[in-house]
Amino acid sequence: MKKDIILGGVGGQGILSIAAIIGLAAVEAGLFLKQAEVHGMSQRGGDVQSNLRLSDKIIYSDLIPIGKADMIIAVEPMESLRYLPMLAPDGWLITNTQTFVNIPNYPDKDVLMAEIGKVKHHIAIDADKIAKDMGTLKSANMVVLGAASPFLDLSYELLEKAIGMLFGRKGENVVAVNLQAMNAGRDFALNALKS
Amino acid sequence: MQKLLLLGDEAIAQAAIDAGLTGIFAYPGTPSTEITEYVQHSKQAAQKKIRAAWSANEKTAMEAALGVSYVGKRAMVCMKHVGLNVAADAFINAGMTGANGGLIVVSADDPSMHSSQNEQDSRFYGKFAMIPTLEPSNQQEAYDMVYYGYELSEKLGTPVLMRITTRLAHSRAAVARRPELPQNELRLPSDLKQFILLPAIARKRYKGLIAKQDIFIDEAVKSGFNKYLEGSDHSLGIIACGIAYNYLMENFQETEIPYPVLKITQYPVPRNLLERMVNECDQILVLEEGYPIIEELLRGFLMKCLKIKGRLDGTIQRDGELNPTKVAQALGMEVTPGAEIPSIVAGRPPSLCVGCSHRDAYNALNEALAEYSKGRVFSDIGCYTLGALAPFDAINTCVDMGASITMAKGAAEAGLVPAVAVIGDSTFTHSGITGLLDAVNDNTPITVIIADNATTGMTGGQTSSATGKIEAICRGVGVEEEHIRVIKPLKKHHEENVKVILDELNYHGVSVIIPRRECIQTLNKRMREKAKTTQSE
Ligand SMILES: Cc1ncc(C[n+]2csc(CCOP(=O)(O)OP(=O)(O)O)c2C)c(N)n1
Ligand code: SF4
Repeated sequence: MKKDIILGGVGGQGILSIAAIIGLAAVEAGLFLKQAEVHGMSQRGGDVQSNLRLSDKIIYSDLIPIGKADMIIAVEPMESLRYLPMLAPDGWLITNTQTFVNIPNYPDKDVLMAEIGKVKHHIAIDADKIAKDMGTLKSANMVVLGAASPFLDLSYELLEKAIGMLFGRKGENVVAVNLQAMNAGRDFALNALKS
Repeated sequence: MQKLLLLGDEAIAQAAIDAGLTGIFAYPGTPSTEITEYVQHSKQAAQKKIRAAWSANEKTAMEAALGVSYVGKRAMVCMKHVGLNVAADAFINAGMTGANGGLIVVSADDPSMHSSQNEQDSRFYGKFAMIPTLEPSNQQEAYDMVYYGYELSEKLGTPVLMRITTRLAHSRAAVARRPELPQNELRLPSDLKQFILLPAIARKRYKGLIAKQDIFIDEAVKSGFNKYLEGSDHSLGIIACGIAYNYLMENFQETEIPYPVLKITQYPVPRNLLERMVNECDQILVLEEGYPIIEELLRGFLMKCLKIKGRLDGTIQRDGELNPTKVAQALGMEVTPGAEIPSIVAGRPPSLCVGCSHRDAYNALNEALAEYSKGRVFSDIGCYTLGALAPFDAINTCVDMGASITMAKGAAEAGLVPAVAVIGDSTFTHSGITGLLDAVNDNTPITVIIADNATTGMTGGQTSSATGKIEAICRGVGVEEEHIRVIKPLKKHHEENVKVILDELNYHGVSVIIPRRECIQTLNKRMREKAKTTQSE
C-alpha cells in the first residue's frame, strides 16, 4: 500500500489538522509515514501545502515526486489546481468549492469549476455549506477529509479514532462535531461515486 | 521504547533532552524555530530544569552556549542559516577555544528561500571554523547524530556543527529514542587558559586545531554515518550528501541501484572514500542540497576533470532545493508531470493579517511621506517587510537584521534627508541598538520607526526581548526624550499619527517613533488561553 497525498489550501484553513488525522490513523494502521509541512512566511494568507506520504514500505523522500501523487486534497478550489502537475494520471482530486478570495485577480468561479471538471477523477464538495448547515462552519476541513476518506485505503474506524485522539483534549462535543462533519463529507463522496 | 512522530527539528530537540542537555540557546528563525520551542514545551525538559528561553540574537546565544560548555555541561545553539552570520565571530573563535562540555551548533538552511533572504550553505561555515559537521539525511539520523555529536564534541574537545535544511526540519517521521543520559557535573576545563585567545595562546590552539583535522577525518570514517555502497555498474558513481540521499533512494524503490553510491553525512569528507569513487567510476554525479561544495572540491580550481556532473555543469539546476524529480532527471530517468497548472491560477502572496498594527503604521507613514520624493524608507526583516507589497509599497530595503537604521544613517549622511528606518521591536533588540547609538553619536537626521507589536511576529509569536524596554533603551542610547514618540496605530488615530511623523521628519536629528499595538495573532492566542483558564476555574 502506498498513498502520496498533496494537501493544499490557504494559511489558516486547517490543512495541518487533516494531515494530522490521516497521519495518526496511518500510524495506528502500522504504516510508515512522512509529512512535510510548511511553516513561516507562507502562512499570512498565502498558499500553503503539505506532502503526506503513507506506505507499508520504508519511505525515503519527504517530498512526493512530480506526477506521482495519488491524491490532491484541497480546502480551496483554486489551490486544488495549483498542484495538478504533481497528480498522477489516474489520481483523485478532492476539493472544497468554497472560494477564499484575498487577491484582486482571483479567477471567475465558473471558469474555475470548469477547470476542476476537466480532471478525470474528482470530487468537488461545498464543504463550507455542509458544515454551516450543521452549525459548525469551523469543521469544513473535516468535511473535506470525509470526502477524501473513501480513497485513502485506511479503515474509516481508524480515522474516527484519530479524530478522537486529536480533539479529545477539547472535549466530547468537539469530537462529536468533527466526526459528524467527516461523516457528511464521506456520504457526499460515496453518493457522488454511485451516480 | 515507543517511536515518536517528530519533525526533524523536534527529533533534534528530543535527542538533546535525552542526551543530557543543560541549556539550549537560540533566536527564532525559520526553519530552526521548532527545536527550541519543543524544549520550551517539553515536560521532560522542565523536570530536568533545562534552560530554554530565547536570546536577544544568535551571537548572544552562541556565546552563552559556549559558557555552558566552558563549565563542562552540554549545550545546544540553534539558528537559521543567516543567523550563523550574526554568530560567526563567536562561532569561528569557538572552533579555536574548543569545547569542554559537549557543544552542538544547529544551523538550518533554507534552499529555495521559502522564508529567507538567501540560500547560503552552512557547511561552508563548518569548513571555515575547521570543525566537524554533521548533515543528517533523515529524522532518525538527526536524533542519533545529536547523541554522537555530543560524544564527539567531548571526546575531541570541539564544537560540532549540525547542518539541516528546510525539508528535514519541517517534515515529520517516526523516530526511535535512546535511553536517557544524566546531565554532566560542573567540571571546568583542566587548562584554565584554554579559552583565552591571546595571540600567544591562540597560536598554540590553532596548531592544535590543525593537528586535529586528521582525527576529524578519521572520525568521519569510523562513525559509520558516511557509507560506501557497492554497485556493479561503474559507468557512474553517485555522491549523495545529507537529504539528497533520500531523493536518490526514492528513485530506486523497485530496483537495486546499479551504481556505487557514497552517502556523505559527516564532514570533513574522508579523501580515501572520494578517491575510491573517482578511481572506480567513469563518471561521477554529485547530489548536494545547497552549494556545490563537494563538487567544487572534486573538480578543483581548473575544472579540468570532465567526468563530474552536478550543479556546475548544469546537470542539476544551480539554485534551488533538490527534490526526487530533479534527481531522477539528473540520472536520465523519465519524468512525466501531471496536467499543467491552468493559466487562471493566480499567485497568492502572503500579506499582513487583517487588523495588523503594521497596516495602520504604514498608512500613516505613507501619508506623511506623500510630499517627499520616493525611495527613502529603509526597512528590515519581520512581518512589517510585507509593507513592500501592494497596497502599501511603503519600504525600499530589506537586507539583514538591523540594517534599516544603519542604512538610513548612511543614506542621510550622504544627503538623503529625511531618511526613515522601519524596524520591528524584536529586530531592534536583535541588531538595531548599536546602529541607533551610531546615529546618536553622529546626530544623523533620521527618523526611526520601531514597530512594537510586543512579539516576534514573523516566526510565530515568540516573546520579544524588547517588550517593555524600548523607550528606556532609546533614552539610554542618548535619543532626546522629546523625540521619543509613542503612537497608537489605529484608524481612529490616523490624523494625529501622521502629524507626529511629519513633526519628526522635520526634526534635524535622531528621532524615534514607536507605533505600539499588540500583534493580532498573539492577542487572539492570549484571549483563547484566557478563556480556557477561566472556563476551567
Ligand atoms: C539573522 C536573522 N535571524 C533571524 C531571522 C528570522 N526572522 C526574520 S524576521 C524575525 C522576527 C521579527 O520580529 P519583529 O522585529 O518583532 O517584527 P514582527 O515580525 O513582529 O513584525 C525573525 C526572527 C532572520 N531573518 N535573520
Ligand atoms: S502575525 Fe501579527 S505582526 Fe504578523 S502580520 Fe499578523 S498581526 Fe501583523
